[in-house]
Amino acid sequence: MRRIISVLLENEPGALSRVVGLFSQRNYNIETLTVAPTEDPTMSRLTVTTTGSERVIEQITKQLNKLIEVIKLVDLTEGAHIERELMLVKLKATGSQRAEIKRTVDIFRGQIVDVTSSVYTVQLAGDSAKLDGFIQAIGATGVLEVVRSGVSGIARGEKVLSL
Amino acid sequence: MELLSGADMLIRSLQDEGIENIYGYPGGAALHIYDALFRQDTVKHILVRHEQAAVHMADGYARATGKAGTVLVTSGPGATNTITGIATAFMDSIPMVVLCGQVASTLIGEDAFQETDMIGVSRPVVKHNLSVRHPSEIPEIIRKAYYIATTGRPGPVVVDIPKDMTAPNDRYEYVFPKKTKLRSYNPAIRGHAGQIKKAVDMLLAAKRPIVYAGGGVILGKASGQLTEMVRGLGYPITNTLMGIGCYPASDKQHIGWLGMHGTYEANMVMHHADLILAIGARFDDRVTNATEKFCPGARIIHIDIDPASISKTISADVPIVGPVDSVLKEMQSLIKESKVRPDADALASWWKQIDEWRAFHGMRYETSDDVIKPQEVVEMLHRLTNGDAYVTTDVGQHQMFAAQYYKFDKPNRWISSGGLGTMGFGLPAAMGIKLNFPDEEVLCITGEGSIQMNIQELSTCKQYNLPVKIINLNNQALGMVKQWQDMNYGARHSHSYMDSLPDFVKLAEAYGHEGIKITRKEDLEPMLKKALAMKDKLVFVDIYVDPSEHVYPMHVARGSMKDMWLSKTEKV
Repeated sequence: MRRIISVLLENEPGALSRVVGLFSQRNYNIETLTVAPTEDPTMSRLTVTTTGSERVIEQITKQLNKLIEVIKLVDLTEGAHIERELMLVKLKATGSQRAEIKRTVDIFRGQIVDVTSSVYTVQLAGDSAKLDGFIQAIGATGVLEVVRSGVSGIARGEKVLSL
Repeated sequence: MELLSGADMLIRSLQDEGIENIYGYPGGAALHIYDALFRQDTVKHILVRHEQAAVHMADGYARATGKAGTVLVTSGPGATNTITGIATAFMDSIPMVVLCGQVASTLIGEDAFQETDMIGVSRPVVKHNLSVRHPSEIPEIIRKAYYIATTGRPGPVVVDIPKDMTAPNDRYEYVFPKKTKLRSYNPAIRGHAGQIKKAVDMLLAAKRPIVYAGGGVILGKASGQLTEMVRGLGYPITNTLMGIGCYPASDKQHIGWLGMHGTYEANMVMHHADLILAIGARFDDRVTNATEKFCPGARIIHIDIDPASISKTISADVPIVGPVDSVLKEMQSLIKESKVRPDADALASWWKQIDEWRAFHGMRYETSDDVIKPQEVVEMLHRLTNGDAYVTTDVGQHQMFAAQYYKFDKPNRWISSGGLGTMGFGLPAAMGIKLNFPDEEVLCITGEGSIQMNIQELSTCKQYNLPVKIINLNNQALGMVKQWQDMNYGARHSHSYMDSLPDFVKLAEAYGHEGIKITRKEDLEPMLKKALAMKDKLVFVDIYVDPSEHVYPMHVARGSMKDMWLSKTEKV
């Protein structure tokens, strides 16, 4: 089962390596990982997507909570939530392809953020499935380079993860 | 306002923390600290011969006293030599602070002489580690280190101290924090009342109950609470290897310890129980055998300070996160208030069954007229020391024999590396205990393989006059490895024999101690008595025991708890 775990972490040197180290030490899987400071610079917000059985996910959350620098965490997939990932992708765009690609980018509500005579650089945000869908629509042969940010997530409604 | 250098602050912080003894070894990056140590006499430093031994000494002290041990080493090899000791403490949740020198902060990352990323190297085997970034932080960091090491589920904490943080001419105001609080670290201070109530109801309704207690009872200083509650209920109790001594072994409700080499009755009782009350134990693989076959009819109440220990390998029906002593206290008062009493008939027939199991095996072993059996050595030691010694062990067959045949009635006296299984632990751990309890009998039961892993500490024993008794169960083989090879590898003894053993008597004498060699059965008792009578001498007793002996009972691999070998030929 795929899970999105969102963690409030002390913004201290080495804190991130403890989180990453935990996953490798205990043989857990990391699919994506994003981390950046929050509005309070003493804290970072870290989002990790992972897969595992019920028991493994329970252990992951418990083991993360045990890390001294983890302040709080939530498994976003337990409730309604919003998930976003940013992708920058370079596409081969020559001749008649250019219009076709432009149309596809519009359909996916992406933006072309850089242009040369043979390449479009596209920016696209959405959940991971949407980004996968875009790549599929373009076709692997047209894709020159893909950069994805990994998933960020937040709960819907009034719920907040804060001190 | 008092201005101190980082090095002086560090030592002053240790004083303010109430630390009396620290164990260590100097080196370049720790020299400012060692100079500060030299200029005071409150904190006493014990110079070991290898840093690993310093950690085991601190560990032995911590296990015997329940207080945090302290280690001081230099950077690079000094720090990396502590890793096995730290991992040993980590696996057994032993409170400890390891202070490591580090190259100057300006040199970090440049592959400087004796530089190792100790924060990175130690990370998987510490509860936490901390790095000093400014000398003025030192008192706060030291307070934090002990706070983290000793609260919640205890564990080792490493503090990495770059050399420039302790420079003698950089002085700052010294303030030792009275309290420390971390917003991200709040160990449970009591269990959930509703869960405790539910647990008590289940406990009182059980027909075939068993109390399964672990090292957490000893670490949580809850032996008294546990004993009172279990005696009141009249239920059988078993404990893990780490829990030895948490309940008096001589009490008739105690059915021995459980698991791979536990008693037949303890494993049978677990398998057939309808209720398991697990307290400060973690259902590890050496207890459960195959988890999918584990105790099919039992509901499980699991009390632990660490939520991650609950339902990790075996799902709990009633989890209770909290300190063992406070949870047991609450349970006990609910039991007293409750109108429900344990079902006397059910309990009587349960005990009848248990006594049959007990009689069936009874930890019997074959005796011999010619060779000395390792089991009888341990039984004799138990008798000669009135069961009241501190016993440390190394790892292997001798460790299991010691645990099986030395019956402990008190907690904190059985001192053994349970989780990591560290050979070389026994002697330094015994030294840490003897140093702090000079009037107590301290035995290191070991084997000729293990003892050679930290034998250099015989020198430290001489320097600090630590008259421990080393009981070397010498079978001229790595006995446990050999046993597995006998059982699983067609008796192909690949590298499990100890060739070219030293003359341990001469070796002990070379270090300035006494040595006794025992090869004949009739010499065993008088020689052991003689060794124990030399109160102020370290005596190395080298005992030649039956090299073919195996440890039984032994779980049948991948079976349930009730599947055991009881001897080389009997399987149940």
